[in-house]
Amino acid sequence: MPRPFTPKVVTGNALLEGDVVYLAADGSWTRDLARAELLTDEADAQVRLIEAQARAGEVVGVYLADMAEGPDGPEPTHFREAFRRAGPSGYVFAKSTS
Amino acid sequence: MYRYDDFDAAFVAQRNRQFRAQVERRIDGSLTEEEFKPLRLMNGLYLQLHAYMLRIAIPYGTLRSAQMRQLAHIADTWDKGYGHFTTRQNIQFNWPRLRDVPDILDALAEVEMHAVQTSGNTIRNVTADHFAGAAADEVADPRPVAELIRQWSTDHPEFQFLPRKFKIAVTGSSNDRAVTAAHDIGLRLVEREGEIGFQVLVGGGLGRTPMIGKVIAEFVPSEDLLAYLGAVVSVWNLLGRRDNKFKSRIKITVHEHGIEAIRDMVAARFAEIRPGFSGVDQERLAAITAQFAPPPFRTASTASFDAAYAEDPVFRAWADTNLFPHRAEGYAIAQISLKAHGATPGDATSAQMRVMADIAERFGHDELRISHEQNVVLPHVHKADLPEVHAILRAHGLATANIGLISDIIACPGLDYCALATARSIPVAQEIATRFDALKIEHEIGDLKIKISGCINACGHHHVGHIGILGLDRAGVENYQITLGGDHTETASLGERTGPGFAADEIVGAVETIVETYLAERASPGETFIETYRRVGMAPFKAALYPDTAKPAVGGASDAA
Ligand code: SF4
Repeated sequence: MPRPFTPKVVTGNALLEGDVVYLAADGSWTRDLARAELLTDEADAQVRLIEAQARAGEVVGVYLADMAEGPDGPEPTHFREAFRRAGPSGYVFAKSTS
Repeated sequence: MYRYDDFDAAFVAQRNRQFRAQVERRIDGSLTEEEFKPLRLMNGLYLQLHAYMLRIAIPYGTLRSAQMRQLAHIADTWDKGYGHFTTRQNIQFNWPRLRDVPDILDALAEVEMHAVQTSGNTIRNVTADHFAGAAADEVADPRPVAELIRQWSTDHPEFQFLPRKFKIAVTGSSNDRAVTAAHDIGLRLVEREGEIGFQVLVGGGLGRTPMIGKVIAEFVPSEDLLAYLGAVVSVWNLLGRRDNKFKSRIKITVHEHGIEAIRDMVAARFAEIRPGFSGVDQERLAAITAQFAPPPFRTASTASFDAAYAEDPVFRAWADTNLFPHRAEGYAIAQISLKAHGATPGDATSAQMRVMADIAERFGHDELRISHEQNVVLPHVHKADLPEVHAILRAHGLATANIGLISDIIACPGLDYCALATARSIPVAQEIATRFDALKIEHEIGDLKIKISGCINACGHHHVGHIGILGLDRAGVENYQITLGGDHTETASLGERTGPGFAADEIVGAVETIVETYLAERASPGETFIETYRRVGMAPFKAALYPDTAKPAVGGASDAA
């Protein structure tokens, strides 16, 4: 039996900066996971992924990452995505101040 | 120290020009990522979790102060003000932007450095004993031959598309500080009836299938070395499993075919290619060796050292742990710990890099070393200067007196940076160091090496740690497996798993339990952790770690062989 589809976001790394980006509903790339488009339909997610992969001049290593719906937008369900969002622990400048 | 000649400079400059054009073509869309990726990897550029990462070679771990200053400049100009020294004597910058990388490479070339072959299926940066040319226990300086191998292997046309990466380490001392037994080829410089040659180990490696290297040749004369290395790599290049990434390293080839068969094939290949070595390599080696002539050591009184040692307990503690005997009278090898309690192992800020460069220039014959243990070494300091050196280090948070102790932890970047990681390693190292610092027992514990990897690839050498920690992802939760009894030296051995792993909030407590068990079991305060482990075995540690599952039948518990 196929596993039920879990919500996802399209994510990857920006080609020039290398930092983590998420696909927003308007098709732009955002650094803010809260602004990412949460994809709850499997076919829809595949289409968004294929479209994103074609934007090779903007992003690298695009994939679908599991997320849950939170009060402020998508929330990571696995610690790897949580760390991708947060940046390395222990450095105050880790994210956002770049 | 080796200085680039015109050929080296032209080669690196050309390579940098090529890469600059490749970056431009990637950005303007002429190259796809699939086309660009192998090109960037050939030049040390990875894409990690949060950013690109540039891995720069520090051949045989040796740096001049000008080079260290340039690394500080790069950290400030194009990165976030710090760098990470790795277990393979490289430095990694964690935040470069793609467009800036060609400029960084040009800045490196200005000080005769590069990132060539720090990635990809090539012969990687050749590493060596970080005390090379200084240690009292050395047969000869291993760096000239390491440099020769670097030159021979760089852009070697036969060895650019190997089955997998290939790592070589060289030691000039019978006390192996270069982890030669865990390399694809380990070279141990030996002297036989006045002749210098090499004991050659092959097929060592950690990772998914850890193996201790096997001796393939007891003595290869110096003049045969390159041909012999070429023969080994060439035999593996043909036999190596390109069909399965997990079986592609030479350790598997040796394991599958047996060391005897490999030895015979290497001998046959050696006989074929040896005549092609006309002696040019030996002329080259002689020229390189001349550049590694020892610095002009001075003769001076060590009275100021003796006085500081007698009067200043802080200096004495540092001298006791961080100094190592030098071969020149009145000198010492001083180690700078990059493991301040709670800090990220192996990280140095640009300010710290400049301080270390200044000290090397003023007091250390302009030399610095990077150890595979992720510390910095001042290989030649006169003892008379050590009190002042210590004072400067202390003022910059660089005088932690913990070399070889429980807080001197090797930790790979793990899930804080690494795209391959399955768990974090840095916070585990930080917490262990902080905990034992608070307990104030690390000097009492003595020699104990903890090594942590954030995934099975084992960049943190966990298999050869006295206590090894491997971070895994168990059903979406970080979990840490412990091994005990590993050894990275000339008596190399792989650690043994204690049993089920520990959650992130249990791992520090588990290490504490292991240490308490050791302190209770050790025959005398002089018996080190590894000695106790070898004497009493796994049983008491297991019983302490897993009290609920321990078998009552073991009796005294400490009688396991
Ligand atoms: S051991 Fe794994 S997590 Fe650590 S640096 Fe190597 S690949 Fe990354």
